[in-house]
Amino acid sequence: MSDYNFAYLDEQTKRMIRRAILKGVAIPGYQVPFASREMPMPYGWGTGGVQVTAACLTPDDTLKVIDQGADDTTNAVSIRKFFENTADVAVTGQTSEASIIQTRHRIPEHPLTEDQILVYQVPIPEPLRFLEPRETETRKMHALEEYGLMHVKLYEDIARHGHIATAYAYPVKVEDRYVMDPSPIPKFDNPKLESPAIQLFGAGREQRIYAVPPFTKVVSLDFEDHPFEPARAEHECDLCGADHTYLDEVIIDDNGGRMFVCSDTDYCETRQSAGHRGKFSPKENAA
Amino acid sequence: MSTTSLQGGFDTPPKQSALAFRAALSTMARPGNIETLSGGNAPTPVSEAAATLLLTLCDQETPIYLAPSHDRPALREWIAFHIGAPFVAASSALFALGTWDTLQLTEFPTGTPEYPDRSTTLIVELETLTTTGPRLTGPGIKDHAYLSLPDVAAFQQNNALFPMGLDFYFTAGVQLAALPRSTKVEAN
Repeated sequence: MSDYNFAYLDEQTKRMIRRAILKGVAIPGYQVPFASREMPMPYGWGTGGVQVTAACLTPDDTLKVIDQGADDTTNAVSIRKFFENTADVAVTGQTSEASIIQTRHRIPEHPLTEDQILVYQVPIPEPLRFLEPRETETRKMHALEEYGLMHVKLYEDIARHGHIATAYAYPVKVEDRYVMDPSPIPKFDNPKLESPAIQLFGAGREQRIYAVPPFTKVVSLDFEDHPFEPARAEHECDLCGADHTYLDEVIIDDNGGRMFVCSDTDYCETRQSAGHRGKFSPKENAA
Repeated sequence: MSTTSLQGGFDTPPKQSALAFRAALSTMARPGNIETLSGGNAPTPVSEAAATLLLTLCDQETPIYLAPSHDRPALREWIAFHIGAPFVAASSALFALGTWDTLQLTEFPTGTPEYPDRSTTLIVELETLTTTGPRLTGPGIKDHAYLSLPDVAAFQQNNALFPMGLDFYFTAGVQLAALPRSTKVEAN
C-alpha cells in the first residue's frame, strides 16, 4: 500500500487545479487564479509546475523532468523522484518517449508531438509585473488589452542598447489577444511555443495557471524595423558538434578556457550516440 | 434516498479521475476531437460520459445548474451523494447539465473582462456526436476541424464575446467533445 494518494495531492485539490487548467486552455494566455497549495519543496523549485503535473498525471504516463535542459541536475532529479515515489509512474530522459515533460526554463530541442504535454515552472507569471507592480492595474491592462507599456519597455531597450536586450522571458502575444510571459526560457526557444503539444504553465507562489493549446498562434513582440530574432551563441556544441541548438557556456580552467555544450542533455547525448562529434569529444578508441 | 443513487461512482477515484481529466483536457485543447469517457453511471437521462465528467470536475465548490431535461429527484440525489455540489439557478452556476433545447445560454455568467474564467462550463447532452457538421478553426486546431454542433449562430455569438464567454462539453453515450469560447464556428 502506498503512503500517498496518487500523485501526492488530494482529489479535491486536483479537481480545483484541473478546472483552472481547463479554463486556461479555453482562454489561451490568460492567467487563471488558483488556490496553490504548499508543496514539500520550497517556492522557486517548481511548486506550480509540480501541482500542474500532479493534476495531469495518469498511471500510464511516462514523465520527463528537465532543469535548464538537463535531466540530471538537482531540481530535475528531485522532482522526478518525487513523482516516482508518489505516483509510481515510469520516468525517462528521452524527450520522444515522454508523455508529460515538466520543464524549468527550456523547451526540448527534439520536436514535440500531439501526444505530449509540456508543463512549465513559472516564477513570475505576469509579464507586466516589473512595469506595473499593482495586480489591480495589470488585471485592468489585460482586460483592456492595454499593452503600450510593454512596447515602451522594448523601445527603451532599443534606445539604450541599439537592440532589444531582453534575452529570456521574452514577452509573446497569444492568439492576438493576451500578452504572456513564456517563463524564463531563452528567446531562442520562443518560436517553439507554436507547437502540436499542449503547453501548461504553473506558478505556485503567484497562484496562477495558464496555457497555450496546440497550434495556437504565439507571436514574440517586436517592431517592424527591429524584428524579433531568436539568439544563440555563435558556436558549435563541443561535444556533439550541433550548430542549431541552444548552448551553455562552461568555464573549464583558471585560464579563461571555456567550452560550449548543448543545454538539452538528452538531445546532445542522442547526437553523440549517433556518431556526431565536437572538438572536445574524447578520441575514438582504436578497437 | 434510493439505494441506486449510492451507486455509479468511481471504484478507484484517483486513477479513474486522472484518466477522465486527460480526456477532458485533450478535447478542450483540441476542439473537434472526440474521446471516449466512461466509469461513472448516473440515473437517466445522464450519459456515461456526462456522469464521468461531473465526477471528475465537480465537488462541493462548484454550484451546478440542472436544466429542465435533467432536473429530476434521482439525479439530484446522485449528485448530492457522489459530488456534494449545491444546486443553483443558471445565473450563478459554474457547471450546467442539460439538453441543448433546455439550456438558455443568455442566463449563464460569461465572466468579467478582468476575470473571464469566472464563467459557466456547460455539459450538453446530444443524441449523437460525429466529426461532421460546422467547420471549426482557432486555438488547438491545426487547419480546421468539424463537429456535429447543435447550432452555429449561438457559438458565433459566444466566440464574439472572447475572452469572455461560455465553454461547452458535448456528450453522447461514452463520447466526449468540447468547444471552448476561443473556437471560430462556420456553417459547413
